[in-house]
This record gives sequence, structure tokens and C-alpha cells, in this order.
Amino acid sequence: MPKIIIKDKIVDDKWEVLPKVFLGEPPVNKLLLLPMKYWLEHSETLRLPVLGIWIDSDEEVEDIGEKANMFPVIAINFPSFTDGRGFTAGRLLRERYGYNGQLRAIGHVIRDQLFYLKRCGFDAFQLREGTDLEEALKSLNDFSVTYQGDADDPNPLFRRDQ
Amino acid sequence: MYQYTENDQKIIEERVAQFRGQTSRYLAGELTDEEFLPLRLQNGLYIQRLAPMLRIAVPYGLLNSTRLRKLADIVRTYDKGYCHITTRQNIQLNWPQLEEVPEILAQLAEVQMHAVQTSGNCIRNITSDQFAGVAADEIEDPRPWCEILRQWSTFHPEFAFLPRKFKIAVSGTEGDRAAILVHDIGLQIVRNAAGEIGFQVLVGGGLGRTPVIGSVIREFLPWQHLLTYLEAIVRVYNRYGNRANKYKARIKILVRAWTPEVFAEKVEAEWAHIKDSPETLTEEEVKRVKAYFTEPAYESLDDATAEASLSNQAQEHKAFSRWLERNTHPHRIPGYQIVTLSLKPTGVAPGDVTDSQLEAIADLADQYSFSEIRATHNQNLVLADVKKSDLFALWQKAKVAGFATPNIGTLTDLICCPGGDFCSLANAKSIPVAEAIQRRFDDLDYLYDLGDLTLNISGCMNACGHHHVGNIGVLGVDKKGEEFYQIQLGGRAGTDAELANVLGPSFGREEMPDVIEKILNVYLQNRRGDELFIDTCRRIGLDPFKESVYAKNHH
Repeated sequence: MPKIIIKDKIVDDKWEVLPKVFLGEPPVNKLLLLPMKYWLEHSETLRLPVLGIWIDSDEEVEDIGEKANMFPVIAINFPSFTDGRGFTAGRLLRERYGYNGQLRAIGHVIRDQLFYLKRCGFDAFQLREGTDLEEALKSLNDFSVTYQGDADDPNPLFRRDQ
Repeated sequence: MYQYTENDQKIIEERVAQFRGQTSRYLAGELTDEEFLPLRLQNGLYIQRLAPMLRIAVPYGLLNSTRLRKLADIVRTYDKGYCHITTRQNIQLNWPQLEEVPEILAQLAEVQMHAVQTSGNCIRNITSDQFAGVAADEIEDPRPWCEILRQWSTFHPEFAFLPRKFKIAVSGTEGDRAAILVHDIGLQIVRNAAGEIGFQVLVGGGLGRTPVIGSVIREFLPWQHLLTYLEAIVRVYNRYGNRANKYKARIKILVRAWTPEVFAEKVEAEWAHIKDSPETLTEEEVKRVKAYFTEPAYESLDDATAEASLSNQAQEHKAFSRWLERNTHPHRIPGYQIVTLSLKPTGVAPGDVTDSQLEAIADLADQYSFSEIRATHNQNLVLADVKKSDLFALWQKAKVAGFATPNIGTLTDLICCPGGDFCSLANAKSIPVAEAIQRRFDDLDYLYDLGDLTLNISGCMNACGHHHVGNIGVLGVDKKGEEFYQIQLGGRAGTDAELANVLGPSFGREEMPDVIEKILNVYLQNRRGDELFIDTCRRIGLDPFKESVYAKNHH
């Protein structure tokens, strides 16, 4: 089973990402991350119990908005690690819509982005293949001080107790 | 000048450690070229034509003698004994070794310097007026606001992977020396009717491939909201900027596609969510930062006496009087003057400065200007607080060290990017063109007769040499592997910034001094009284210049 970093631990990744285009019905008895658009279009008729969704970088988190907390897991796709839209998506889900489930970064994500991702509200990280996950954990703590408010603490440095 | 707190220092040191790790992972093959690229760029490191290039940040152009001496040390140890002042007030090293860059960064951190976000698709160095704090027409000192923005934009977690680079400039005077009209965000400090400080906010200006003058999207933003409003702008850009085509990825393209009105609406809608969030600035924080930019210990001087003795010295020494006229500017404190050290002597790449010159400038700053130095976007250095009574002595020393060429604001004080000699993006060399022009027009009386005139050279359409806003703009182009130069006329920077217009077909490098001379002759024949080049050019239009320059084609 593939591995994933959740919080600061390396664990088995039990969730499967369903691609945007698939044949037939989504398989049952699996922990599935459905494409957001599919869920929005089929939520009335879906008979799957617990599931998550994934949102692509060109989709609007506003479309799921207040409904975010229905899902134990929401994944944001980074088609390329240089596509920074997912950072905003993460902050909006956490800060604007109060999402408190697991927020995972999927797609092409590299170790050097972990600290930023964490600050944008992500708590699960599927790093690109070939990454030494044990080593990568260190990057969650690349910095011990930050200037801006973020998803963890809305207070910027100048409002924090120093 | 701002001094790092323990937290500021910790952040910079942790960055050095992070980059040390990234470099060694890259060298060990654990990071791919593609993945290392944005990481090293966000630390100012390019891989260039001949060697890596390291761009060191000089936040809003402010330096001191300690930093200059450290830079001198670094360029001597890790480079070839010189560095380059860029058109965004930064400093570039042309020959560092990749393996040694982490060590260079560690040394810079010792004097509160870094290379954070000097390149890459992120918020870049915040630039400002080189005369900040000393200009006579200042509404408010822009430097504390620049420092506040520096901290806000440093390692902003949401904005490290924007569609494209993002540049912010702040001006605190009515006359704009910070080029705010050609930045992604331009901030003009203003006062409202109640006397409160705020910002006029412009977006979507820029040079490069598609030059655009920025649009005002908010006339008055109260200072408390500076960070949340900018966060809203950059967030809208991060979400909707073009990511498919890097030539259409700057914010100016989005603003133009949506229109500034629609863009402003989107920003206001986003801002409505985050306005008054904890990122709202506090009086206390602004006061804390402002405390670092208080006045130096100016003496109370008699201006009339100082002026009288200056005028005697000027009468006795013609060369001094020329320098005084061109290379110094009025200071708001009686008895003081602003001095610009010219980094544009003929025969030296514009903006280049050697290790021993850096040390000489540090000495001058210690002796005459409260140990502070500013870098300008015109690629010169400024000593901002010189007593008038010290000017003669300072001039003599600056002359010996080679940076008293009395050409500030004239044709030979040209802006010039490193071009094809160094830069791998360039289509053509720019330094040899600059030198040929400087050699041709080295007669000071002729230069002074021409008066204020800007000539800006870029080696490619990325426009690091700001050719679109030069009175005369020169753009290097590549035609089937050969280098040619296109001429543009009538551009200007500043409050009434305008973009230049292309004159016509381009020229070979060896033709350039002749072509420039023809252009200057048209001006001299047509000017009325003491009309400036730009004004004659705007009045008579391009045709007379075309006729003269392209005449030989009709023989």
C-alpha cells in the first residue's frame, strides 16, 4: 500500500483517487476520493457511505463551500508543483468555510513545499514518487518563526506574544 | 535603518540552512533540475550563460557601510572582484560557484542580508525612491511601509508559486522616482482631507514583452488595511492569472482582460472577507517599524554660509561645479545635500562596482553620510546626507576612486541590463552598445547642452533595462542569429510615465553611435529655448527623427 504523510507521521494511504473520467459506477467498499464535479452532479443519487472528494486546481472551492464539512477527507490536486492555486484553495476551505476534516495535497507535491502547505491548512501530504518520506518530515519544520497569519494561527507575528 | 529583531535573524538563518539542504540534495541527485529551479530562483540563483548568477536583495535600496564591506569581502572571495547594481536596486554577483552559494548566504546573514525572493514567481524585492526620507517634496517616508511589506511578503505561504513574478514599488513623494506606474502593484502614499495617511493603489503596470501603464483601482486605502488589501489583490491574481502561457501570466494581462474596473470589483469582493482580520496593521506595529527610520543626528547648519563657500569652490574648480550641478540634489535639511555616486564612467559596464570601490564608498559613507548608502534603479549609489561643507572634500575622494563622473541624468548615465555578455535570456549584448555611446558622447559641454535625457538599453524584450520608459530606448533583437538594435523614442518614467514608440527597422551594433547622433541632432535643430529632449520629441513626433535616421536608405 502506498504511503502518505498525515500530520507528522508516515502511514498507509487507504484512500483512492477516482479520476475525472471513469467507466461505470464508482466502486463500493473502497475509500474513494471522488472528483468534486462528479459529486456535485450525483450527490442526490449516490449510495456510497463515507467518502471524500478531490478538487482540481482550476476548480473553485466555492462550489463545495459550506458543504465541505460533510467530508472526512478533501484533497486538492496540484497538477504541477509550480501551480500555486492549491495554496489559496486550502486557506479558503479552512479559514472561510471552517473545514475541519483532513485536507490533503495530491498530485505533484514536493518536500520543499511542506511547510507552506501546512500553513495553508493541509495536514496530509502525498509527496511525489521517489521521495524519502522519513527525511521529508524534517521539512515540516523548516522554519520556527513566520511573519504572516495563516490557517494555523490567524495572528501575524506582530500580534503574537513574543 | 531597520535592524533585525531576533525573529528576523532566525528566519534568515533558517533560510540559509534550508537552502544548504536543498543544494546538497540537488548535487546528490535527489532533487531534479525541474524541482530545484524554482527553489534556487526564490533564492536569487540563476544558471547563466557562463556561470550561476546570484541576485542579492537590497530591500528598498538601503545599505550601510558594514554591508558594503561584507559585500566587498564576498565579491573578492567568491567572485571576480566586482558586482553589479540592478535596475531594481538589488546587487548581482556574476561568477559564484553553485556549491559556494549557501556559504555566501550565511555570510550575508551575518550582516542582515539575504537573497530571498529576488527571482522566481513570487513577490520580489520591494523597491522605492532612492531619496526616501530626505526628499524635499515628501508626503511620508515610504521606507517603514516597504519594510512592513518586506516582512509580509517574505515566505508568504500562499504566494510562493504565483503564475509569474510580482513586483511592488512604493512612492512617498508627488514626483515619482520609484516607477510605480510600471509595477504589478504601485503604491502612492497620499493624505486624505482629514490629514490621514493612506495609499493610492495601482495595479497591472509593467514593462517586459507587453508594456502597460498601471491603473488606479483604489484612490485611498487607509494604512491599517495595507496588508489585507494587498493579500486580496495577490489572491485574486494567484487564482485567476494565466498559468498556461508564461508570456500572458503577469497580472497586467489579467487586469487588461477583465478591465481594471472588473478587477477592482473582484479584489473588493475578496477583501470584504478578510478586511479587519488580524492581518490589519496596528498603530503599535507601524510605530515600531517607524522607529528604525528616524532622522539621523543632523547638525543645525547655516545654509547661506555653506552655499557661499560652495559657490566659491565651484568658481575656482570648473570640474567641481559640473559635479555639483549634475551629481547632487537638494536635501530637505538646511546645509545638507544628496550626492549620487556615478557608476557610469565610460569603459565600465553600467552599474558595475569593484570590491575596493565598495570599501571606498563605505569609508565615504562613514565619514560623510551617517554610514548609509542607497542603491538606485538607475544603477548608481547615493550618499543621502552630506553636509554642504563636506562636498568639496568628498568630490576629491570620489574622483580618485572613480565614481565622480559628472553625468547624472545625462545621456551617458544610461540604464543598461547585463545583456548577452552575461544573461542567458538576452537576444543581444547591451554593454558594448552602452560603451560605444559613452565613448562617442564624452564631451561634457555637449552632454550638458543636451540636458536631462534618459537612454535605456535592454538586451531583450524582458526589459530589465527599462527601454520602454527611456527618452531613447534601445532594445536588442535577434534576427537569424545576428544581433540588431531597435530604437524607441519618447518614453519617460515618473509621475507622467509614458511608453516609447518604435522608430522603425533596427540597426547593427556598429551603426548605433551614428544613429543616436542623428537623433540628437534632430532634437538640437528643433528644440525651442531650453526645451528638454522628451518635450521636443513629444511635440514634433517621430517623423523628423525617422527622416533623418533612415535618410541613407533612400540614396
